Amino acid sequence: MTLFKVSVHIVPRKGLLDPQGKAVAEALHTLGFATVGDVHVGRHLIIETKAADAAGAEAAVRDMCGRLLANPVTEDYEIASVVSA
Amino acid sequence: MKVGVVTFPGSNCDEDAVFAIVEHLHEEAFLLWHKEHDLKGADVIILPGGFSYGDYLRAGAIARFSPIMQEVVAHAKRGGPVIGICNGFQIACEAGLLPGALLRNVGLQFRAIPVTLKVENTDTVFTRAATKGALLTMPIAHGDGRYTADDETIARLEGEGRVVFRYVDAQGTATAAANPNGAMHNIAGVTNKTGTVVGLMPHPERALEPLLGSTDGLVLFQSLLAGVNA
Repeated sequence: MTLFKVSVHIVPRKGLLDPQGKAVAEALHTLGFATVGDVHVGRHLIIETKAADAAGAEAAVRDMCGRLLANPVTEDYEIASVVSA
Repeated sequence: MKVGVVTFPGSNCDEDAVFAIVEHLHEEAFLLWHKEHDLKGADVIILPGGFSYGDYLRAGAIARFSPIMQEVVAHAKRGGPVIGICNGFQIACEAGLLPGALLRNVGLQFRAIPVTLKVENTDTVFTRAATKGALLTMPIAHGDGRYTADDETIARLEGEGRVVFRYVDAQGTATAAANPNGAMHNIAGVTNKTGTVVGLMPHPERALEPLLGSTDGLVLFQSLLAGVNA
């Protein structure tokens, strides 16, 4: 078993109203970042977990996302990286 | 009738719920610590308002895994009445007792104001003493109350009449201005298929005394007795 560090991005589902993202986008426009389009605010989790290999660590974190870390009704997630810790 | 009110770490309306049952219904009510594994004979469960687990991760997301929630879900599956108020509504959705989710208010503000609700469904255990179409005034106090579900779920809820309460204006019309959080279809509360589980963002337990501005919350608790005496 090796210790892995798995990074997950959890973001509001596309098409759902994201008032936090909208507020940040408006603030960026106010600051003069005229090129900014949509902004989405989500969560970034870094999970340390032991697994036989990287694929096993990723599978475990996907299971965690399905059951607790992301809301299946309103959020999507993606595994950003899996590295041995 | 025995009413169990679950106390999660961070619940803050649990005592108010017990007070509502004991002082206003003259029935037995007690607190159930979230670590417990049994409902101690409760006929009705209240999931109260508050900020269970500090709303970490998502409101209600961690509380749903408290040991007692297994018993609450089993009770609901047996047809036992459960009402989720505010944070309790969020927990009930996370636990799959009710469809949908409660997201950050559209204006990003925590809103603590009285709202007007229209009673849309009187076939639930918690609204059967109410009048269909009646307007009730109750306070809300939440930052994450925007009811959201996929289009199919919303259509099913509307089609089956499972929207129990809707935010409306003084004339009873569901306008954007009357919607305090951007909830889809102005939805303030919903029920399950059998009308035994109800969740709502407003606080009926804070609308029981004239001194507090409204007694309109009483009918939800009285509905419990309407069933017992019938």
